[in-house]
Amino acid sequence: MRDFIYHAPTTIAEALSLLEEHGEDARPIAGGTAMVNLMKQNMVLADHLVGLGKLPGLRGVSQRDGSLHIGALTRHREVELSPEVQAHSPLLAEAYSKVATVRVRNMATVGGGLTHADPAQDPPPTLMVLDAHVVLTSSRGTRELPVNDLFLDYYESALEPGELLTELVVPQATPGAKTVYLKFLPRTEDDYATVSVAALARVENGVCQEIRVALGAVGPTPIRATAVEAALQGQQVTPDAVRAAAEAVADQVDPLTDFRGSADYKRDMAVVFTRRALEQVLGL
Amino acid sequence: MTTADALYTVKVTINGQPHEVKVPARRTLVDMLRYDLDMTGTKETCSVGVCGACTVLIDGEIAASCITLAVQADGANITTIEGVANGETLHPLQQSFIDHGGFQCGICTSGQIVAAKSLLDSNPSPTEEQVKEWMMGNLCRCTGYYQIMESIMKASK
Repeated sequence: MRDFIYHAPTTIAEALSLLEEHGEDARPIAGGTAMVNLMKQNMVLADHLVGLGKLPGLRGVSQRDGSLHIGALTRHREVELSPEVQAHSPLLAEAYSKVATVRVRNMATVGGGLTHADPAQDPPPTLMVLDAHVVLTSSRGTRELPVNDLFLDYYESALEPGELLTELVVPQATPGAKTVYLKFLPRTEDDYATVSVAALARVENGVCQEIRVALGAVGPTPIRATAVEAALQGQQVTPDAVRAAAEAVADQVDPLTDFRGSADYKRDMAVVFTRRALEQVLGL
Repeated sequence: MTTADALYTVKVTINGQPHEVKVPARRTLVDMLRYDLDMTGTKETCSVGVCGACTVLIDGEIAASCITLAVQADGANITTIEGVANGETLHPLQQSFIDHGGFQCGICTSGQIVAAKSLLDSNPSPTEEQVKEWMMGNLCRCTGYYQIMESIMKASK
């Protein structure tokens, strides 16, 4: 690792001012599970690291107006074990429990994980189907951004220079909606997904009233499977309709060939796991 | 003006003892333990937070000291393998690893024992499934997993 200057601000204002002052030369660091690895491999060459560990008020889970508010410095493990998250959005607790190992989940933070923008991570597809948004804070103020719009490319998020992700907000799913997260792991339990699918659906009288499907590890960013959703929204739920809708995901994915499988294999598995997820949430 | 080769003061409590160490910002916690404090019980193996050999407790929770910067640990309460035994008396887990052949080459053993101790401290009677789930992040390249499982199960209540 190259030498760098480390800052340990104790207020959010101080952290934002450091990030603004040093611009492209500075990177924030929270749990460090992603950033230290990137720096060891010289994939990040920052002259300044702004340590967020001592910032107050950014760690923990609360509920307001029916939504979960999760501070950016909350650890993955804390989300997984939070009784509030388990009661409000069990899908989210499950997704965070699937990340790597207990040791990594003790360290990795919610904000760090999301801004790392690795397309194979577990939480993003579930956050997309839950219609979650994040709060971004800079010295210019705050703005909200749907998790759907947070990811731009491999390891590239929509954060502007000088912005910090400070909070994750997860609304309550519609009563009666079913959810599922499927993670295809042909290698080891602690691996990144080869393909992952999250889905949420609500069926009334055999008709699909609400459907959201998102996938991870199938391209430069996690994606909403809009073609699958369009094929099912407002339609009668039948095995044939579900099979046809799952096929539509093949044209939406753009996977890389790597040691977890060839691009063709991952495209096929995206269809298979989308179909299985749909069968579960649509009650087939 | 601070320069990139500046030294930073890290104040930590390790195995109950306060330490104050001056390190460059790029020093990892495992390197601070091994090179600055001569506590070589903690091993660095994969260096990317995957294998578990460098496991220590930071504020009571298992963490990978190879991907933690020493400066991030400032103010923390750390437990390493050196803090597991009570003086000359081995911790029951350490004795169980000896009795049941829980290690072969030994490189992964410090991390295995620190991780297992953390599990048993919070759950003294885990099921085999719970042990496997907890310990899956601690790799043994000698593949001595059956003996490691046996050592932990026999040390549990």
